[in-house]
Amino acid sequence: MTKKIKISINGVFVEIEPGTTILDAALQAGVIIPTLCYHKDLCVAGNCRVCVIEIAGQKRLAVACATPCEEGMEILTNSLKVRNSRKHIIELLLSEHNADCTRCYKNGNCELQNLASEFKIMTQDFIQLAPLRKYTIDMFSPSIVKDDSKCIRCQRCVRTCVELQGVNALTVAHKGDHMKITTFFEKAMNDVVCTNCGQCINHCPTGALVEKNYIEEVWDAIADKTKHVIVQTAPAVRVGLGEELGFEPGARVTGKMVAALKRLGFDAVMDTDFTADLTIMEEGTELLTRLKKVLVDHDPEVKLPMATSCSPGWIKYIEHMFPNYLDHLSTCKSPQQMFGALAKTYYAKARNLDPEKIVSVSIMPCTAKKFEAARPEMHDSGYRDVDYVLTTRELAIMIKQAGIDFMKLEDMHYDRLMGESTGAGVIFGATGGVMEAALRTAYELVTGREVPFENLNIAPVRGMEGVKEASIKIENPLKEWAFLEGVELKCAVAHGLVNAGKVMEAIRSGKASYHFIEFMACPGGCLGGGGQPIPTSPEIRRKRAEAIYAEDAGMPIRKSHQNPEIIKIYKDFLDHPNSEKSHHLLHTHYTSRERF
Amino acid sequence: MTISYQLKRVDFIFKNENDWEDVLSKSISRTPQELINELISSELKGRGGAGFPTGLKWKLSSEEGDDTKYVICNADEGEPGTFKDREILSRVPFKVLTSMAVCGHVIGAKEGYIYLRGEYFFLQPELNKAISEFEYYCKEINLDFKIRIFMGSGAYICGEETALFESMEGKRGEPRNKPPYPSSYGYMGKPTVINNVETLAHTFTIFKYGAKRFYDLGVQYSRGSKLFSVSGDTPKPGIYELELGMSLADFVDEFGDGDTKAVQVGGASGFLVPRKRFNETAIGFQGKLTGISLPTGGSMMLFNSSRSMFNVLDNYLEFFREESCGQCTPCRVGCQQLLSGIKAVKRGEKNAQYLDKLMRLAETMQYTAKCGLGQSVANSFSSIVENFREEMIY
Repeated sequence: MTKKIKISINGVFVEIEPGTTILDAALQAGVIIPTLCYHKDLCVAGNCRVCVIEIAGQKRLAVACATPCEEGMEILTNSLKVRNSRKHIIELLLSEHNADCTRCYKNGNCELQNLASEFKIMTQDFIQLAPLRKYTIDMFSPSIVKDDSKCIRCQRCVRTCVELQGVNALTVAHKGDHMKITTFFEKAMNDVVCTNCGQCINHCPTGALVEKNYIEEVWDAIADKTKHVIVQTAPAVRVGLGEELGFEPGARVTGKMVAALKRLGFDAVMDTDFTADLTIMEEGTELLTRLKKVLVDHDPEVKLPMATSCSPGWIKYIEHMFPNYLDHLSTCKSPQQMFGALAKTYYAKARNLDPEKIVSVSIMPCTAKKFEAARPEMHDSGYRDVDYVLTTRELAIMIKQAGIDFMKLEDMHYDRLMGESTGAGVIFGATGGVMEAALRTAYELVTGREVPFENLNIAPVRGMEGVKEASIKIENPLKEWAFLEGVELKCAVAHGLVNAGKVMEAIRSGKASYHFIEFMACPGGCLGGGGQPIPTSPEIRRKRAEAIYAEDAGMPIRKSHQNPEIIKIYKDFLDHPNSEKSHHLLHTHYTSRERF
Repeated sequence: MTISYQLKRVDFIFKNENDWEDVLSKSISRTPQELINELISSELKGRGGAGFPTGLKWKLSSEEGDDTKYVICNADEGEPGTFKDREILSRVPFKVLTSMAVCGHVIGAKEGYIYLRGEYFFLQPELNKAISEFEYYCKEINLDFKIRIFMGSGAYICGEETALFESMEGKRGEPRNKPPYPSSYGYMGKPTVINNVETLAHTFTIFKYGAKRFYDLGVQYSRGSKLFSVSGDTPKPGIYELELGMSLADFVDEFGDGDTKAVQVGGASGFLVPRKRFNETAIGFQGKLTGISLPTGGSMMLFNSSRSMFNVLDNYLEFFREESCGQCTPCRVGCQQLLSGIKAVKRGEKNAQYLDKLMRLAETMQYTAKCGLGQSVANSFSSIVENFREEMIY
């Protein structure tokens, strides 16, 4: 163990590990230093200079986020010099910022606004620079709105796009007063490699990057008496929504959310978990079919490993970055799109509704889902399968607008037909969840026995490790799966596109020999999605994951194939997994895209 | 306080390059420790403007345990009003190359780079010829040291050492957080000595003649000679090698046109000295005993009474506004505010007291900017506004 070093912060002596930054040391000493460009998910940039502090004996101030403590340092975080400088810096940021707060989507959840409020910047001494420049708001992406007039150039989005996601859609260009955050050749966001994952939104301290919201459109649909508005909620929404409405991170608010959706006036409140279970049936069958075609038939057309296709951010990523590997993707649509296709066919038929009158809304932890719903191939019901996609944040806004006291709501249940789900559907919201759900079902289909893990919890695929690996040896399979005897099913799970990229590189170079891989675009899986409440951090994502697994553990049914509504839909409508009808409604194809 | 030290011309830098082979082979036969001691006792300080003791710089890198280290010659001469490094590289390139190789021997580096200012592309062919001749000799004496030229692309900020590394690594030229310093974490994250062209030319002198010859020049805290790039309202613009420590009054006597109103010492990032302070200002590094000493990378710009100091400052600030890398708030926004601020005062849109607010802002920039660029904007800003306030307003 290394020897601790002694420093003083505002006159109080503390002992800390060598190498600790002043910011962390201060936190340990109970002193909060304001920050802006600093984010727990990202590397230290030290460029906003809000966290400046004074070190005794030094004329210049240092930044707390990037300066390691040294033995005997005397640190002042609130001296006159620090206060004046910090205030200047906040004033400078505001002078460059389009501080039209009342008309800003992030009003009320803006780190710059908080700082201005904390330091009571009541006057505007400096010349307002923002209106002097011409800004165009980039609204071309179906998912992300980028407004440079609100950008404070902290580069959090750039670091997110590079470090967390490895996408590099956002970059810094030009210098001096022209320095800006932009894209390749300053193209619009819909015209570059952007995967629409929305992590930049989650990490933006201001309103420079926000989701394209469809709140008014949904209100209009609800108010239109000729429309039947059906809503689905993704697994991760139920463990995130609470954060926007007064609960601590990790609160499970499923029942309240359903109740709120009914009060908002949706005609039917259904669960994407249902189609998550359906995805398992379709994708599990596809996997087993692929295994047979490769292992028994030696069909060179069929590719392994098979990769999951639930995450639309990941889909766009592979389409841009690894277009030669598209036939590795499962042909299954994401649960959202399966739901959409069924809403205007299966549901319409069962409820005797004209599908043209149905408006299909989904509540997603995701901004890429907005893009996915708008893909031209997503019209298999004969109509646009999903009409509007709202993020968790947008739903919270609607709940607040409707004057619903969320805390006081009594729990309610989802409506029937496509509202039943299992623990397997719920865990889709966490990294490793799709894998775990698939293994629970596939193993049992093949062997007739439950997966050999305690309480069905497949621990190796859980947790926040960037790339996780697991393997299950198949022994004594049922007769029809005899060819799998002794096969060791090798699986991998990657979350965060930078990790997805690593796994894909390993496959390309031939170093990896997996059968099945789960890819999720966002860190932590959907629970850390780009549409989830802001802020995000490793700690918050861990709490949401705990909530997901608690939700799973509390479910009476925890295997997709045992979901009674799944059994029913195959009996009444789809016949069997990978049937012709499923192929028509539930499966899709992908598009090779350029990088530039 | 009046400085009595006289202006003295010397002629070291552009002389006696021909025996570089001799200097190189003799130097590398000495131990790194001997060479470091030689440098330390010469009291040579970096000639790029910041004035970090060169011997200490080499010592720190020599103590790092890494197998891979680098020597970099900073030839990104971009400070407005400096043009001395260009002359050194075209007239005595072997002095610089020799010193780089000796530095490699001292710290244990096998690779050296010359980061050449983009606008100096025309130096490249001759310099490459010199490098091949130099490397040929290195091979002959079994010295494993390679030198390559890395062309800059025109950004002023890339003369800042850590931005220079970033640029060489193929990234955006943005300064890094310090610590860590280049001596332990420089180019490619490896221990790196980065010296100004002129510094390396002086180390050649020191290795050739010994520390004393160098130390005997100049005054306390400011030893040796220095190249000055003289420009502006002067009948004899050009490059002059002078001993450090002279008074600005003597300098103006020698180079002024008889009507010198002010001298900008150290380029746009340096200080403006008005006529009334010429006598009390010395040119050299600040020491405990001297009065006002102004360091400089060599730029000396003279202004006569026909010049508007508002225009001068306006010009500097436009330069900084454009050449700031833009990453840190105080520099990016501060430069814009200072520039639009003085314009607003001039137009009468802000009152004269607004200049005081801008002075405090400049001070904040000095305390909080990430690198030398933003920190030193206050130098010219404050010295001009303080001394020529009425020219800012009327």
